[in-house]
Amino acid sequence: MSTIRGRAWTFGRDVDTDLIIAARYLTMKTAEELACHLMEDCDPDFAQSVKPGDIIVAKENFGCGSSREHAPLAIMGAGVPVVIAKSFARIFYRNAFNTGLPILVAPDAAEAIHQDDELEVDLRTGTIRDLTSGVDYQAEALPDFMQELVAAGGLLPYLKQRHGGRAGRTETGDTAAATTAEPGDAGRD
Amino acid sequence: MARVDFCLGNDITAPVAIDEFEKAGFDSVFDPGRIALIPDHFTPNKDIKTATLVKQMREFAARHHIEHFYEVGRVGVEHALLPELGLVGPGDVVVGADSHTCTYGALGAFATGVGSTDLAGAMATGEVWFRVPESILYRFDGGPAPFVTGKDLILFLIGEIGVDGALYAAMEFTGSTIPHLSMDSRFSMANMAIEAGGKNGVFTPDDITREYVEGRFRRDPVYLASDPDAVYVREYQWDAARIPLMVSKPHLPSNAVPAEDLGDVNIDQVVIGSCTNGRIEDLRQAAAVLRGRKVHKNVRCIVLPATQAVWRQAMNEGLFDIFVEAEAVVSAPTCGPCLGGHMGILAAGERAVSTTNRNFVGRMGHAASEVYLAGPYVAAASAVAGYIATPQHVGLEEPLKDGAAGAGRTPPAGVERRAQ
Repeated sequence: MSTIRGRAWTFGRDVDTDLIIAARYLTMKTAEELACHLMEDCDPDFAQSVKPGDIIVAKENFGCGSSREHAPLAIMGAGVPVVIAKSFARIFYRNAFNTGLPILVAPDAAEAIHQDDELEVDLRTGTIRDLTSGVDYQAEALPDFMQELVAAGGLLPYLKQRHGGRAGRTETGDTAAATTAEPGDAGRD
Repeated sequence: MARVDFCLGNDITAPVAIDEFEKAGFDSVFDPGRIALIPDHFTPNKDIKTATLVKQMREFAARHHIEHFYEVGRVGVEHALLPELGLVGPGDVVVGADSHTCTYGALGAFATGVGSTDLAGAMATGEVWFRVPESILYRFDGGPAPFVTGKDLILFLIGEIGVDGALYAAMEFTGSTIPHLSMDSRFSMANMAIEAGGKNGVFTPDDITREYVEGRFRRDPVYLASDPDAVYVREYQWDAARIPLMVSKPHLPSNAVPAEDLGDVNIDQVVIGSCTNGRIEDLRQAAAVLRGRKVHKNVRCIVLPATQAVWRQAMNEGLFDIFVEAEAVVSAPTCGPCLGGHMGILAAGERAVSTTNRNFVGRMGHAASEVYLAGPYVAAASAVAGYIATPQHVGLEEPLKDGAAGAGRTPPAGVERRAQ
């Protein structure tokens, strides 16, 4: 299950969330209906052409712009199992982890992979194998905290565990304070 | 994990958060007084789907006794409304399921945008996860040039560093220019921290902040400043007097150029409003340009006061007379056109000048339409000229001083227009 095989769809830098899913479709909220309009404003045929298992590969700052979680939802709805990029915008990054869309930061791979290359990705190890070119790449390791989130099954299960299975009222002071420094320095939110 | 002082969502993000909240089996919110649900993006409800989303928010708010749920007649653009109501303030940790939540950094809050699942978790537990960001210092020195506002400074800054120039980082704005900037100008700047990839954008509170906050903020403000020996991963310094009126060309906010350098760029629509520039000072600036002038016959000019209070203030100051006389339209508070939602959508090939914050492909309508970002002075001047223009181009030599746009100003003799 942690190994994925699919065809690469390559994109440039600064793919914003309006390109991933335009705001005119944000009256929808299920992954299935959103997927019909995935990447519509940069490639109107993409949603029809992409097959479940295909992999999105992009350059810097993928998912910049709005906080809409509809973006990772639309990607998951299309059956895209992982997004590989040189870097991710920070809200998209956290939304992907929070919703369960695997993403890999792999600058070398994102630079070299071509459209339609056949890829094999091991999500557990972060190894990306370009079967077309025969070159292997290694994605950046996930920070410990992100691994905990993934292991818990996403943010909300993690929070439920942390709060003993159910949330109640939490005392808050006028100035909130970070109780710990986690997640550690290795990651990016 | 950090505790939040306040969290919010809108009619796009909150319904997804509510779905997740309920799917996860949470049965209560952490504090019904510290959550705001603000239907502002597609409201007044543009269609049945939107009405259904807002209804879901209304029912959730009622079920969990959420105090700060505002609808048409009370609602405004979220990032203008919450500071105005005193719901967010200095020292706060605020997360909002909207990327422009960073606006509240203008007050000296740590405020950042998150997604719907984060909002669901925050509503349930009052907690959110963060990695502590590195800081980048942006210093502006000297008094800004005439007509130049916080919007020009931030467009310039994003032009210099790029749309991921502050990726993940905390952006701190400082320097001798800051005391020249009103709260409304500071809100515009902090608002666009996300357009440089920043996690948040923050100003150190000063007398201008205190004057805004006192008698307004509903909790006790905590005025924080950076340590004298604070470490920054990068520092930038600019002379504000050398920064001109700026415009960001399609399709990234970083495509910033001096408005003067654009040449003939004919336009079809002007939008003045949003969480970036829909506050009273913004409307006064637009009115100062539009007073005694007409919107060009080829242009639709839409003015959206960001909140009901801004709306009333503008009305009482006579700004609406100026707008209507100029043949601009004044709308209800809404995010509407900024995100291509409703109330001013562009067709293929159309071009707008907008005081909003994003000019991505398809942002205001058709994928083949274009948005140029600017401040209210350039937006209003462009509405008059029919092409992207500065106030001086349309005969306004002096920027607005304090007070209403209408006060004691002589209408211009005529407006120079280029042949179409």
